Amino acid sequence: MDITALTLSLKLAFWTCLILLPLAVFVGRLLAWQHFPGKAWVEAIIALPLVLPPTVLGFYLLIGMGANSSFGQFYHSLTGNHLVFTFDGLLLASVIFNLPFAIQPMQRAFEAIPTNIREAAWCCGLSKLESLQRIELPLAWPGVVSALALTFAHTLGEFGVVLMVGGNIEGETKTIAISIYDRVQAFDNHTAGIMSAFLLLFSLVTIGLVYRLTYRRRRHGR
Amino acid sequence: MPPLVSSNQSAQIAAASSLQFVLPEIVTAFKQQTGHNLRVTYGSSGNFLRQIVQGAPFELFLSADESYATMLVEKKLTVDSGRVYALGRLAVITPENSGIALTPDLSSFATALEEGHLQHFAIANPDHAPYGRAARETLQALGLWQALQPRLVKGENVAQATQFAISGSSQGGIVAYALALAPAISRLSRVLPIDQSRHQPIRQRMVLLKSAGGIARLFYDFLSEPEAQAIFQRRGFEVPQV
Repeated sequence: MDITALTLSLKLAFWTCLILLPLAVFVGRLLAWQHFPGKAWVEAIIALPLVLPPTVLGFYLLIGMGANSSFGQFYHSLTGNHLVFTFDGLLLASVIFNLPFAIQPMQRAFEAIPTNIREAAWCCGLSKLESLQRIELPLAWPGVVSALALTFAHTLGEFGVVLMVGGNIEGETKTIAISIYDRVQAFDNHTAGIMSAFLLLFSLVTIGLVYRLTYRRRRHGR
Repeated sequence: MPPLVSSNQSAQIAAASSLQFVLPEIVTAFKQQTGHNLRVTYGSSGNFLRQIVQGAPFELFLSADESYATMLVEKKLTVDSGRVYALGRLAVITPENSGIALTPDLSSFATALEEGHLQHFAIANPDHAPYGRAARETLQALGLWQALQPRLVKGENVAQATQFAISGSSQGGIVAYALALAPAISRLSRVLPIDQSRHQPIRQRMVLLKSAGGIARLFYDFLSEPEAQAIFQRRGFEVPQV
């Protein structure tokens, strides 16, 4: 078992969730209740990582984040770090390819909150923030938890993008999925088997819990 | 994945990724001489080995070294023990504007490393890629292996390592000379071949699989003829002494 790689994957998943939580609540809520021109395209862009091969995203990231790219240079001047072959770059990639996994469940959860409940909150004089805190989030929390669980599990499982932009650096970009691939390439099926079984169980438990949560929400009604 | 039926008109060939700039020329020469088509898939030798063991319909396997070909021989999947068709060469490569001079002992990389100018240095993964293994041996022979550890980025195969080396996010790398010579790469970089005494020879062996048809067998022989060997030599390989 490659503990360094596992720790790195967990760290990546944690930071991805942390960054996406406020972003996805904001965007999910916006998409649930607001109508604006071009909304379909915004939703389409968010859903893109679901349908695009990881190689497409990997290619653009490799070109777009490189030390010669303007974004790469901008980031370097801002933070002193590089984006290609670094944890920062991997985190950026991870945030992008997890957008649909974080936003879509939250959007569905906010959509399920009846309009009259929100109107009641306004009538009671709750501010937008209070309404979010005391009315909306308590009603939408199964969606929020689902989104975070999916994002977490999906980050642990992401392979293609990491293979293309990571550079396989121990403790920096060598995630558990890459480590499994490496072990298979080196004909070390034993270690690959242990790590694969671990990921399989972990993902099954995560997704299973998400489904349980969804059932409970349906049973208890809205 | 390649199509699962092999047609009569062409042979299905699996070739190491280090061959992707030399083989097209040889395939063209073969076609001119015989009129036969070949379908070539490029990839990592280890992956091909696994696919062939699982029944992938390749007729000829051009490995990047001896061990992968030999494993197929041991599993009795091949016609015979095959032939060494070329010796791989390494080269050190650096992006055109890196400001790092290329010297046979890589001393300028050592200096750049000490001065903190060397962010990343690319090689193929030495745990399984033949060119990565040879790159590691070279760096060990030059006494740079330990110092470079935290700066190494490892390509999944030597083609990806080359991509990494010239991406501008690395300041260089040790890759296959044959890839470094390709116009798409040499346009963006400076290249210096590495002295072959620095590493174990990269003996690239080919084997005919039991399913091999007539065209694959013809091509197998063609690869050892002077015409093909001359192309190998021109494109950054060494010719094996038989």
